[in-house]
Amino acid sequence: MTQAMARIRRGWVLTFVGAIAASALVGCGEGDIEESSAPEGAAECGEFNIAINPWVGYEASAHVVGYVAASELGCDVEYKDLKEEIAWQGFGTGEVDVVIENWGHPDLVKKYIDEQGTAVDVGPNGNEGVIGWYVPPWLAEEYPDITDWNNLNKYADEFETSESHGKGQLLDGDPSFVTNDEALVENLNLDYEVVYAGSEAALIQAFRDAEENHEWVIGYFYEPQWFLSEVPLVKVDLPPYKPGCDADPEKVACDYPPYHLNKIASKEFMESGSPAAQLVENFQWTNDDQNLVAKYIAEDGMDPEEAAQKWVEDNPDKVDAWLQGIG
Amino acid sequence: MSTVEAPPDVEPSVPEAEPTRAEQPPFWRRHWRLLSIIGVIVIWRIGLAIFRGDDTLSLGGAELNDFQEWLNDVRDDFDAQRDTNWFLNNFIGGISDALNWIIDHAQELLSEPAFPRPVPEIGWLGVVAILVWVAYLLAGLRMAVLTTLSLLAVGYLGYWEDSVDTLIMTVLAVVICALIGLPLGIWMGRSKWATAIATPVLDLMQTMPAFAYLVPLALVFGIGAPAAVAVTVTFALPPVARITAHGLRTVAPATVEASRSLGSTSGQLLRQVQLPMAKRTILVGLNQTTMAALSMVTIAAFVDGPGLGEPVLQELQALDVGGAFVAGICIVILAIMLDRITTAAGERSEVAARSAADPRIRRYILLGLLVPVGIAVYLSRTYSRFAAFPEGSDLGGKIADRVNTISDWSIDHFSSLTESLKDFVAFNMLNPMEGLSATTPWWLAAAALLALGFLIGGWRALVSTAVCELIILGTGLWNESMKTLTTVLAAALLTMVIGIIVGIWMGRSRGVDTALRPILDALQTMPPFVYLIPALALFETGRFTAIVAAVAFAVPVAIKLVADGIRGVSASTVEAAESAGSNTWQMITKVQLPMSRGSIMLAANQGLLFVLSMVVIGGLVGGQGLGYLVVRGFSQQEIFGKGLAAAVAITALGVMLDRITRYAAERTERGATT
Repeated sequence: MTQAMARIRRGWVLTFVGAIAASALVGCGEGDIEESSAPEGAAECGEFNIAINPWVGYEASAHVVGYVAASELGCDVEYKDLKEEIAWQGFGTGEVDVVIENWGHPDLVKKYIDEQGTAVDVGPNGNEGVIGWYVPPWLAEEYPDITDWNNLNKYADEFETSESHGKGQLLDGDPSFVTNDEALVENLNLDYEVVYAGSEAALIQAFRDAEENHEWVIGYFYEPQWFLSEVPLVKVDLPPYKPGCDADPEKVACDYPPYHLNKIASKEFMESGSPAAQLVENFQWTNDDQNLVAKYIAEDGMDPEEAAQKWVEDNPDKVDAWLQGIG
Repeated sequence: MSTVEAPPDVEPSVPEAEPTRAEQPPFWRRHWRLLSIIGVIVIWRIGLAIFRGDDTLSLGGAELNDFQEWLNDVRDDFDAQRDTNWFLNNFIGGISDALNWIIDHAQELLSEPAFPRPVPEIGWLGVVAILVWVAYLLAGLRMAVLTTLSLLAVGYLGYWEDSVDTLIMTVLAVVICALIGLPLGIWMGRSKWATAIATPVLDLMQTMPAFAYLVPLALVFGIGAPAAVAVTVTFALPPVARITAHGLRTVAPATVEASRSLGSTSGQLLRQVQLPMAKRTILVGLNQTTMAALSMVTIAAFVDGPGLGEPVLQELQALDVGGAFVAGICIVILAIMLDRITTAAGERSEVAARSAADPRIRRYILLGLLVPVGIAVYLSRTYSRFAAFPEGSDLGGKIADRVNTISDWSIDHFSSLTESLKDFVAFNMLNPMEGLSATTPWWLAAAALLALGFLIGGWRALVSTAVCELIILGTGLWNESMKTLTTVLAAALLTMVIGIIVGIWMGRSRGVDTALRPILDALQTMPPFVYLIPALALFETGRFTAIVAAVAFAVPVAIKLVADGIRGVSASTVEAAESAGSNTWQMITKVQLPMSRGSIMLAANQGLLFVLSMVVIGGLVGGQGLGYLVVRGFSQQEIFGKGLAAAVAITALGVMLDRITRYAAERTERGATT
């Protein structure tokens, strides 16, 4: 490289960097960066890690708790996108402080609460969970007997798709969701094959299309669920649940139990004295509350943060109750 | 652009082009291999009619065999020992804490709010200035400009923070890879038995699906950034080690001999001769490692690794194709940026070594430039406008909306078309093939595969097939493996059809080559996850989507290899055929294709391996078989063992297909030269 070239080159670089520096300087005097100072005791709260499991209802609960923690308690809130069972692993490593909506998981309770002692049950969050098989309303109307599992084999042909190998297709959600469906199909001798849609959004899409175009779809679904107010899916009756009938996951032949959804937190976090721990303990709301926030997010396309803010501002009484005894 | 050569104006039938028919051996002797293959398939099909559904070794969704239970137990023992075992607690725990510390601090410095500041210590302007300076230092002015544009682009698309996180993770992983891989590569380059030990391990690291070791690594390191780094390093390490070893080995023996005879010690030889001469090659290795590390960004997101993978996964989950597209574009921009910088740095090292220019001038420039960089850093620490990337434009949101509109529109308008295409492939291609492989008894399918392996790849392929079949039987996932094999073969078949057609087109025309090659290069730089996005938009979830994504991922490499093969046919042969009056069709089928058989087999080999590497990712969008089991084993601890067994089975399938096609390629290569 000759010196002349180097000079030209330097000229270019200087112009270039100068331009950036100049454009940066234009903004001078706009004001300094203010350090966030929470109403009371920001340092007291510190980091607060909430797991986000992959369905919108969960996201709604997590963001409402997170919003209150950040705005009222000055916590440094972090949301961690993790599937259910992976999130539990995070209690031990400090990666996750709380799972705000837990669906049973007796095996995980045994392992992480009873054996390892890294997690604790912080009580119900007020939501009542239902899992089951659902069909779109048009189907239940035209074929009323379809909601009895005994009649499902009669309709298996109608539910066949290219993915179901000549059997009826039972559409499931995310492979990480709590499900006994494969065992159920086998143990109830149903001529069906479980096919995974992959996510809650894909399930909703399938049910929505099915209702609109009168297509045959039967699938896994659950409450609380905002979508049921858009399309009131009808639940299929499986053999009724009796305590203990789902003890062996390979031999399950009964419906899902009613779930009293609860909060699970890291033991270390609950003992840390963080005001967020108290908030987690106090937090409770109803299925309708959750469905409303979930609808803001999923249907109205609001940012989860905005949706949470809107609900919190509309419901000061409930939020105040959660803040009782903090600070 | 129509640069395709029009077929020459010759008479449609050219009888004199085949004057040698009489001298050739009879039809069955020339094509015994093909005929036997067809024979095996016919017998297999008859077997299906007799034994359909017997002994298929299918295992119900929640069932586990002994091997898989055993894996579960190992996991549980491991978990139970975590706090008591010294090695796990102190050594692994120490590494994990150190990684966490580095990443946390890097994030607070560059990307995430450094609490209680609402912004990182150094805002976007400072980060841009520093990175541009580094790019200038390593790769020169043009790369500095490219870096500026790339960083501003990801910022304006709305993913500044995630993009910087991705850069942090990638750089950290590459540094660790270099720390381990360079010494390993040097050792391998100088010692035969080191190569013999390390090669199979490196092979395994590359064929095993990343998802498979994601679970165990998350178990060892705990979820979060450390596991993400570990998984990235595992995947990205082999290229740098291998290419370094290769670089050392290819230093001209005469040079080595000369310096030996001058009395160099082994250490001197390495430092003063071998390493400097292999520098260029080693930098190529680092480039490959960087790209591999970047391609892991989405997988890392499954264990909460920071970076652009998170938005991609989240939007895919919410079926927000537009959002996933924009985040995917950011990954592609970073990929191109890192690829060009590392490539240019490699070329530059060579130029710099040769040029006689005074390096002091450059040093002064670099030092002088630190002043504006310092100013930029200061500004970005002081003024919020330069700290948090300005959000005003919402370019990313607008693009996402546009993409969603297009995607909705195409689904509305083409859904009947895409649906029927999907059904057509499923009912006419996938289901019959799957019927053959997965509903026949295992012993029949195993025997048929052995016969096919032998016919296609010869004795050595037969042995490899047998070993891999035993491993698959051992995992207890024979049936699922056969389903996966079907999907892989179908995807590879489609890949080859497209690869051969486009490859011939490209190989025969310079113009097409010039136009297509940069596009293919760009496609190869993209991380595999990005391919899912358009496939998902068009075909929704299902096996077919998984196949489309796999084909899209594998096609570029297949096209290139076929095109190179066609181009490699010697000009005199082509001329001779032309003067004998061959028309275009005859030229292709009688001369160019047969002469480039070796390249085509190589393309098939690479196509298969690329397709196979997408199997697990396909499992995320409704692909069935092993890939789906791996994904499920990852998310449900009760079937952890099954998922891991599925990963082992995928690896065995991969080795089997690789060996068969590789030996077949060698055989056809030999056949072509004799």
